[in-house]
Amino acid sequence: MISRGSGTGSNDAVTAARADGGGAGLAVRDVVVRYAKAPGGLWRRTRATTVAVDHVSLDVDQGEIVALLGPSGCGKSSLLRAVAGLEPLADGTVTWDDGDLTGVPVHRRQFGLMFQDGQLFPHRDAGRNVAYGLEAQHVPAPERAERVAGLLELVGLAGYERRRVATLSGGERQRVALARALAPRPRLLLLDEPLSALDRRLRERLAAEVRRVLKETGTTALFVTHDHDEAFAVADRVGVMSGGRLLQVAPPEELREKPATAEVAEFLGP
Amino acid sequence: MFVGLFFAWPVAMLVARGFVADGALDLTGFADVLGRPRTWRLVGLTLAQSFLGTGFALVAGLPVAFLLYRRTFPGRGLLRGLVTVPFVLPTVVVGVAFRSLFVPDGALGFLGLEETLGGIVVALVFFNLAVVVRTVGGLWERLDPRTEQAAAALGASPGRVWWTVTLPSLAPALVSAASVVFLFCATAFGVVMVLGGARYGTVETEIWVRTTQFLDLRSAAVLSILQLVVVATALAVSARTRSRREAALHLVSDRTSAVPLRRSRGDVAAVAATAAVVGGLILLPLGGLALRSFRGPDGRLGLANYAALGTTGERGALTVTVWEALGNSLRTAAWACAIALVVGGLVALLASRRPRGTGARRAVSLLDGLFMLPLGVSAVTVGFGFLVTLDQPLGVEYDLRTSPALVPIAQAVVAVPLVTRTVLPVLRAIDPRLREVAGTLGAGPWAVLRTVDLPLAARSLGLAVGFAFAVSLGEFGATSFLVRPQSETLPVVIFRLIGRPGAENYGMALAASVVLAALTAVVMMLAERLRGDHGGGEF
Ligand SMILES: Nc1ncnc2c1ncn2[C@@H]1O[C@H](COP(=O)(O)OP(=O)(O)OP(=O)(O)O)[C@@H](O)[C@H]1O
Ligand SMILES: [Mg+2]
Repeated sequence: MISRGSGTGSNDAVTAARADGGGAGLAVRDVVVRYAKAPGGLWRRTRATTVAVDHVSLDVDQGEIVALLGPSGCGKSSLLRAVAGLEPLADGTVTWDDGDLTGVPVHRRQFGLMFQDGQLFPHRDAGRNVAYGLEAQHVPAPERAERVAGLLELVGLAGYERRRVATLSGGERQRVALARALAPRPRLLLLDEPLSALDRRLRERLAAEVRRVLKETGTTALFVTHDHDEAFAVADRVGVMSGGRLLQVAPPEELREKPATAEVAEFLGP
Repeated sequence: MFVGLFFAWPVAMLVARGFVADGALDLTGFADVLGRPRTWRLVGLTLAQSFLGTGFALVAGLPVAFLLYRRTFPGRGLLRGLVTVPFVLPTVVVGVAFRSLFVPDGALGFLGLEETLGGIVVALVFFNLAVVVRTVGGLWERLDPRTEQAAAALGASPGRVWWTVTLPSLAPALVSAASVVFLFCATAFGVVMVLGGARYGTVETEIWVRTTQFLDLRSAAVLSILQLVVVATALAVSARTRSRREAALHLVSDRTSAVPLRRSRGDVAAVAATAAVVGGLILLPLGGLALRSFRGPDGRLGLANYAALGTTGERGALTVTVWEALGNSLRTAAWACAIALVVGGLVALLASRRPRGTGARRAVSLLDGLFMLPLGVSAVTVGFGFLVTLDQPLGVEYDLRTSPALVPIAQAVVAVPLVTRTVLPVLRAIDPRLREVAGTLGAGPWAVLRTVDLPLAARSLGLAVGFAFAVSLGEFGATSFLVRPQSETLPVVIFRLIGRPGAENYGMALAASVVLAALTAVVMMLAERLRGDHGGGEF
């Protein structure tokens, strides 16, 4: 699907910044996320809360891909949103290279985010969606166009710059969303079930492609999914979550062979 | 701030007059007014008129909205402009146009609608059709048709799709339109004055009668408060329904959701209904008005009435010529429109946020309702309140009454809720995650506003510009209190001409009304352009 071969040259710009490596990467310590129950009631006072993320600690080294696996409602999205700065922490810290991120607003964290349904800007074409983050960084137009073309090629959509997003298929949308998220060279890319809306075969193929693209660009990533195979195909290490807690984090083989608890073993199945 | 200074303060001062007599709190005014059976009859009539007007406007407006926003056909832009014209016509002129239909020897005299609730409701529906069509249509054309297609694919019949998918999706716009129409109906003034005659009145006309005829400010103030209660109740109900039903809708922001007219049963029915509504409700009175404007004082057809627009009328009825008044109107409306757009846009932006804290959320909700209030308090009250209080705004020694900014500000007060109501549903329907994605791509809060909210709301902003400008052009109640003779606007001049004897003056009034109607149609069509009829990714 993706045209490799001669295309490497134009992708250098995308890869370059990531070569140095080193640094401590992401450190999540004892993070708690709470939501008020029954929001929206105008005159009702509500103090009851749901604990969506319950004292989770997790490290993601630079260049590493970690997948978070768990049943629906276990708090995966909430953890991701907390790391991105979209949900306030009730407790704990999130740091990058040992720098505390508390109080750093979303747009200053240089963390990319990709949703299940892409959330492409409907008023921009594919190319200008990808260019969005570059515009925010004031990248000059000629360089921007070059980077956009390189990224679209990287995700297998060379020449799609002028396509309106409404005319893209589901798989193409997610590819554009991935290119858009990679464009500003995020320090960390957060992916929230990016492939769940796609059919199984496309999902399998794209899972491999996402890994290739992330590795090729040297992107550090936290990848949320509820699909085991997808997690094992994409990630260097996989974390299993349940009821807001992180049960175990380990490379795929280790997780399969030596599950830390009976709960993990049961969740992973035979 | 704006609303505080130019709306709340004057109204509060006026209302205070209802309570305070000779420097002491005095509630006998209340007991007195509320004890009269006449008061309760007026309240009943006001409510009946508002509910009936709202209900019929919704029923009549839906097929028209469907046809004008979900289907494409030649002449659509023209028809959209036409539907909007009634809304911005000076109320007095509309009253006269309908009256000439309802009088015993008029075209609809056999219906016996003269000076009845029915006649007034017809005129109110005429007025408010545009609100329904535009508010509902604006959302309708941007609904993702795939949701309906999905339901149809699940085996739902067209009727079921409409009932279970389309209608609920339209709910935010429907409630929004209904609340605006209800408030307009409850506070209608000119129409009721002209069509109701001596036999029929509402709280609003009673306020005017008490204020200007009997100088009975206390009764007027009590009635104002009564009206405020009705309005606040209506707003609270609408806010409740809205917050319960408003979900983030799936929008498509290109025009693919409008398709060419087909020969399906639904389309034919929509065409028939639209033809009936537009023909019977809009063309008949407007056509009658236009025809009569060409009948000169001597009874012959010709342009005599239009030629007279360069004069100040028979026996010097006016201080400015009609053309000068037109210039005044355009200037004033431009300012009012700019003010309303800035203030209304900001309010819509604030009210569209869903903050995390319960307190903040409550504040947003309150703000939302607060800015709707100027709709529910009569323009007459606002204008009169201005006059009473703005010699020393909030105690500051600056006589605003002589400032040329006064009339634009008053008109803006009236137009702000419209701007807010037009823009708000669209802003609310933007998926919050779209803004979050923009944030993670490095866009700060301002950049998100500029690159996400603004382009997505651009169409509704264009529509709001049209509305605000047109409403300011036709605003009569407040302007008539505040305007200085040298800068009288077109509606005020028309009213003056109607009030003066002489066939020539009457003819001029009709001709001037036609000019105003044409101007309004042009403005709305320009706004239609402004909000971008072209496809393509850019707004
Ligand atoms: N905005 C919110 N307000 C209140 N409760 C919420 C909110 N978002 C999530 N929750 C609750 O927090 C818990 C965790 O939700 P979260 O979305 O993080 O789960 P998830 O693991 O991503 O599930 P899924 O796989 O279905 O996406 C759930 O019980 C959910 O109901
Ligand atoms: Mg989730």
